[in-house]
Amino acid sequence: MAYSDKVIDHYSNPRNVGTLDKSKSSVGTGLVGAPECGDVMRLQIEVDENHMITDAKFKTFGCGSAIASSSLATEWLKGKSIDEALTIDNMDIVEELALPPVKIHCSVLAEDAIKSAINDYRVKNGMEAIELEKSHH
Amino acid sequence: MLKTPIYLDNNATTPLDPRVLEAMLPYFTEKFGNAASRNHPFGWAAEEGVDYAREQVAKLIGASEKEIIFTSGATESDNLAIKGVYEMYKEKGNHIITLTTEHKAVLDACKHLEKLGANITYLDVESDGLVDLNKLEAAFTDQTILVAMMYANNEIGVIQPVKQIAALAHKHGALYFTDAVQAVGKIPVNVIEDGIDLLALSAHKMYGPKGVGALYVRRKNPRVKVTSQMDGGGHERGMRSGTLNVPGIVGLGKACELAYNEMEEEAKRLSALRDKLESGLTVLEESYVNGNVEYRLPHTANISFKYVEGEGLMMAMKDMAVSSGSACTSASLEPSYVLKSLGLSDDLAHSSIRFGLGRFTTEEEVDFAIENTLKAVNHLRELSPLWEMFKEGIDLDSIEWAAH
Repeated sequence: MAYSDKVIDHYSNPRNVGTLDKSKSSVGTGLVGAPECGDVMRLQIEVDENHMITDAKFKTFGCGSAIASSSLATEWLKGKSIDEALTIDNMDIVEELALPPVKIHCSVLAEDAIKSAINDYRVKNGMEAIELEKSHH
Repeated sequence: MLKTPIYLDNNATTPLDPRVLEAMLPYFTEKFGNAASRNHPFGWAAEEGVDYAREQVAKLIGASEKEIIFTSGATESDNLAIKGVYEMYKEKGNHIITLTTEHKAVLDACKHLEKLGANITYLDVESDGLVDLNKLEAAFTDQTILVAMMYANNEIGVIQPVKQIAALAHKHGALYFTDAVQAVGKIPVNVIEDGIDLLALSAHKMYGPKGVGALYVRRKNPRVKVTSQMDGGGHERGMRSGTLNVPGIVGLGKACELAYNEMEEEAKRLSALRDKLESGLTVLEESYVNGNVEYRLPHTANISFKYVEGEGLMMAMKDMAVSSGSACTSASLEPSYVLKSLGLSDDLAHSSIRFGLGRFTTEEEVDFAIENTLKAVNHLRELSPLWEMFKEGIDLDSIEWAAH
């Protein structure tokens, strides 16, 4: 199976690799997946007082599509409000990266990581956690 | 000049040796006859080619040419051996002993027989990939008719104690079948010295063509019979009907002859290259060689690079063809069952890469592979949250992962 050019691009030149200080109240961290399943994503957002996402970073253990999905997610997150960010759907990622059916779980994981990071930020800042749709995998 | 991509997946298949191709060519156009046509020179020429190939194959494994049954490849040979023995000897007993690390062709043939009433013992291997002979001994019953255990493993290259397995099988009145696809032509295999009753081999794993293989079936002490699995013209002493694939068989024969002549030197060369590759890569922290390192094929290395995922890693190992125990593409997301049988944790199995060197692998390619792999592992570890956690001293087992 060949990878799409966009997957290869994100994989070869991943955007926003790195780590934000998770102890800061302005930082939300999502850690999803499991080592024994072969993919783990950590996605972090930095949010300003207007609930706008000013920075996003990721690190991913996984296949090329998982790395590309999280790289793309960080690009899309920057400049969005945390409410707008919640509208990012895994199928948008599938479409943008032209992921084949066997790789859809990578996009699901990226969506989970986004929601989990937002929730972490919300809870830290006294907001209610939004309910996550459970296990499409 | 190094030509890329380089091919280091010789356990999956090997390129055809040009000398093999040369031997095969006349059998497509000039000597195209049906080897079963006994009445004209076209048939005779084809038959002559097949007879000679039968001798070449037999010589490589220490058999007599009458004991070689040509097939379409090792999957067919595995099926014919296991199902054929079961059908032939099921009055004597219905028990077969095999290993959890066998090739799918063996495991699935056994599963098929289970549905027909066979009782199969799937023995686990030890953490180095070898069978524990005491556990094998304990597995026999008065119903055991067959032991099916591979010569060398396709993923990790470990070589089973074949002689001892055969001796135990015979002590308990059972036959011994070995899938020797990875071993024949790479290391000395001798059916008499090893005590093998049936043996499967394949041409395309030893620089021959795809679509052809053989099953060795012992004719003396004891005389072994298998029930044919295909009805037809009664070719191959009635054990395998179907017009013989003459060019393929001639190619298999030539491949066996080349292996016979060159194996000793080639094994030395390959194990030196493999050792170079392995020592060049295990300088990396948290890298582990999988399987027994003493009893193994000269050309295979299986290494886990912890905290990076195999498929992602292969993508970073640009211009190199290798394979991984990770199965990120499969629906089940299950990593290699062979590595799991060694007791490897799933995450280490996901992190494994198999390097399979071959006849056409050069030292320059190995140097390239080392440099390229080191770069790829380091790159992916920079991206890996697990590597960061490991470096911070966080115990990954203490984390509650959201398994999916």
